[in-house]
Amino acid sequence: MAPKFVKNAVGRMIPEKINGKPVIPFQGVHKYITDGKRYAPPLPSSANYPEDGNKQVKDLKTALKKAGIKDGMTISTHHHFRNGDLIANQIFQAASEMGLKDLVWFPSASFPCHEPIINYLKDGTIHHIEGSMNGPLGRYASQGHMRGVGVLRSHGGRYQAVQDGEVVIDIAVIAAPTADPFGNANGLTGESACGLLGFALADSQYAHKVIVVTDNLVPFPCIPWQIQGNYVDYVVVVDQIGIPERIVSGTTQITRSPDRLFIAELTAKFCDEVGIIRNGFSFQAGAGGTSLAIGNYFGEIMREKGIKARFARGGSNQYLVDMLEEGLIDYILDGQTFDLAGVRSMRENPHHVNTSPFTSYNYHGKGNFAGIVDVVILGATEVDVNYNANVVTHSDGYLLHGIGGWQNCLFSKNVILPIPLFRDRIPIIRDEVTTICGPGEMIDVIVTERGIAINPLRKDLLEKTANSKLPIMTIEELKEEAERICGVPEPVKLGEKVIAAINWVDGTVIDVVYQVIE
Amino acid sequence: MAQIGTAGNQGPDIRSDCYAALKIKKSGGINIILNSKVEALYKDSIRDLAQQILDFYKVENAELEIIDRGAISLILAARIEAAVKECRGSETEFLLDMIPENQHPTQKDHRRRSRLYLPGNSPKLMLNAGVHKPDAVILDLEDSVAPDKKFEARLVVRNSLRGLNFYGAERMVRINQLPAGLEDLEYVVPHYVNLILLPKCETADEVKTVDEKITQILAEVRLDHPVYIMPIIESALGVVNAYQIASASDRVAALAIGLEDYTADLGVQRTREGWESFYARNQLVNAAKAAGIQAIDSVFSDVADMEALREVVLESKSLGFVGMGCIHPRQIKVIHEAFAPTEAEINKAKKIVLAFDDATEKGLGVVSLGSKMIDPPVVKRALSTISNALEAGLILENWKEIDQ
Repeated sequence: MAPKFVKNAVGRMIPEKINGKPVIPFQGVHKYITDGKRYAPPLPSSANYPEDGNKQVKDLKTALKKAGIKDGMTISTHHHFRNGDLIANQIFQAASEMGLKDLVWFPSASFPCHEPIINYLKDGTIHHIEGSMNGPLGRYASQGHMRGVGVLRSHGGRYQAVQDGEVVIDIAVIAAPTADPFGNANGLTGESACGLLGFALADSQYAHKVIVVTDNLVPFPCIPWQIQGNYVDYVVVVDQIGIPERIVSGTTQITRSPDRLFIAELTAKFCDEVGIIRNGFSFQAGAGGTSLAIGNYFGEIMREKGIKARFARGGSNQYLVDMLEEGLIDYILDGQTFDLAGVRSMRENPHHVNTSPFTSYNYHGKGNFAGIVDVVILGATEVDVNYNANVVTHSDGYLLHGIGGWQNCLFSKNVILPIPLFRDRIPIIRDEVTTICGPGEMIDVIVTERGIAINPLRKDLLEKTANSKLPIMTIEELKEEAERICGVPEPVKLGEKVIAAINWVDGTVIDVVYQVIE
Repeated sequence: MAQIGTAGNQGPDIRSDCYAALKIKKSGGINIILNSKVEALYKDSIRDLAQQILDFYKVENAELEIIDRGAISLILAARIEAAVKECRGSETEFLLDMIPENQHPTQKDHRRRSRLYLPGNSPKLMLNAGVHKPDAVILDLEDSVAPDKKFEARLVVRNSLRGLNFYGAERMVRINQLPAGLEDLEYVVPHYVNLILLPKCETADEVKTVDEKITQILAEVRLDHPVYIMPIIESALGVVNAYQIASASDRVAALAIGLEDYTADLGVQRTREGWESFYARNQLVNAAKAAGIQAIDSVFSDVADMEALREVVLESKSLGFVGMGCIHPRQIKVIHEAFAPTEAEINKAKKIVLAFDDATEKGLGVVSLGSKMIDPPVVKRALSTISNALEAGLILENWKEIDQ
């Protein structure tokens, strides 16, 4: 039976049910308010756990069996090991060997290293993925091969879904660079050190069963316990949990592309001119080459003016750490570390603080940090003339990226998207984006190498730049310029099958992704 | 003529470019095999363009394979045309529209602080070149193009001159050494090139030959926009003949020096200090000034070292050069900053401009500052100093109000 669709608040058609569950269409920013209570996992009793605190079992398969794994369960993992994760594939290999079917994988993100998961989607071990699908997995889903519909959530949205019971995690597997036999764990030390384990926090607190896997077992106590052993059921020691050089890079590099540097410099100039860069301000710049360059230009401006930032949100890396150590930033509030300098700083510097999606982004908290940040620098694959932006699909329809913290960051006071006007002939500014991930009302400024467009809703920014020498243009003018160079793109025909849902930070569905016709 | 023609670049690192391979057949009509990175968005327009070009050249039976990595239309067209011409050797040209932005003449004394070299067969580097606001771009047909790619590069350069917006940068082309360079002119002069760089120039005769050829082509296509010549002196003989070269034609707007080849000609190493070329640089500046044209310095090849570049530019400025070549867009800003006027120069220029305003207001024919009379060229230089200072952000638009 064909699913019924309803139109949501950004005009996108949303099926009434996804994976058999009713869907709440996006209703507008800050419009969807829920009541009820937080989801609670079963109440444990310490009498059921070894009194000597030793929760070690011999291997992952044993732990999964003891945790009561069965068909249809939801298994979660975190993505702090980024493209160096060795554990997620092993979980589903074990599950496949046990003949399990229809599991749901609930990662906080997936990476190209998870390509083998395709085998377990094919053999029926996994029914569908609820989490980002980067690269090969996204391509597989886009081709319509996944049996269920993927559900993509922001980092904050994942916490929300766990807290309100939209997703019930049956078993959480938390790979930890260091742990003790009781299950206390952290990401600060060990061969696979990744800094922190914030993305696994909700999993540890809300999953019915929690398995910690480590390759660096230390005697109790493992200090600090970023993950508290009191939530943990089993501890497994393996030879290797990750490939260090793929978890964090030894060094992070600022882009060398003159075009990207140009955009970065223009972005920093804009922020300076409209008064965003002032004493005590705060910012978040990501780990991409352009973002790094923008952070660097911020540093130059701060040095010149003799001012400093109160805090910077990480993704941390060498450049941010240098700024912290130089005294340009009071604190780094860090969600994930991207290089070894970030890991070291988090380990040694009390001003480099680990955060979780709960503190940073969570919808069911009594506020969160996202709105406190003065300016965030984000990317996008497409932006439309109403400033709606896409971060998950490409213009040809393929789902190739996750949402990450992107939606959550939109709540910052100033949201700036520095993007090239076109990438290899593909214009970035479109009449309509392929997939809406963020509503236009939340996106303030688009900085391209050929001009800067300010959202008409931001009258203040328009006024501040009225007499500016900066190349301020309308978004329509930018679109025309791109189309003059590249040509007007032909409409892309997509299939009718919905392959993934894009959730908003409150759990409503803002858009869906359709199958690609090859 | 070959029955197979190929043009363009392919490979995993190629972007914003394409590869076209044409096989002429006896029958079977046209078969276009398209493999494009941007197929979802442009497959119809690419196919239409390809068909249009094949029709234009009356190719009726052929297989055309296009491996496209996001090339814009004018690059696709250049590649397909080159592939056709390799098979057919036609003289006619398939020309896309010329954008109005590219029909602006420049002045002989146009500001030429920076000129950005762009390899003529590398479209990717050309696309955003104007964004970096160099005073000029150089579409290079000479050293940066491999010998077997010279022909297809001409078509890329021609199409870029017509259709690529360089956002106000003066549009220069470096042709090959004569005589090949004369044929290059056919592909660029009719398409509103502003200036021709003549490499490894050693005699005034070479300049005259180029001058005559330009005049002849302009007459043929009934155009009369100015096309200037910038000879590049790259040998000991060229240095000796610098003044004759500089004054060989009215079209010569500037004299440039190329130090890599010059030091090779002398048989010495090019050093950071540059004493080995000190004489040549002085001689070149002197010859240029004597001929009333600009002296333009060589390129600085360490693209990572901006501080060293800044020192070199300051030295260059002190010797009398007014511009330098750039091989990377990041060098442009440094060069502009270093060539920017000093505070003392700005203050002097301000006084002259104010005196000029005063004289104009009072209807006086003569501008004077204190007891000194100011000649028109001095006023002109002061105005250009002020405009440079404004552009560099060293003074405000309303400096006159502030200063008075």
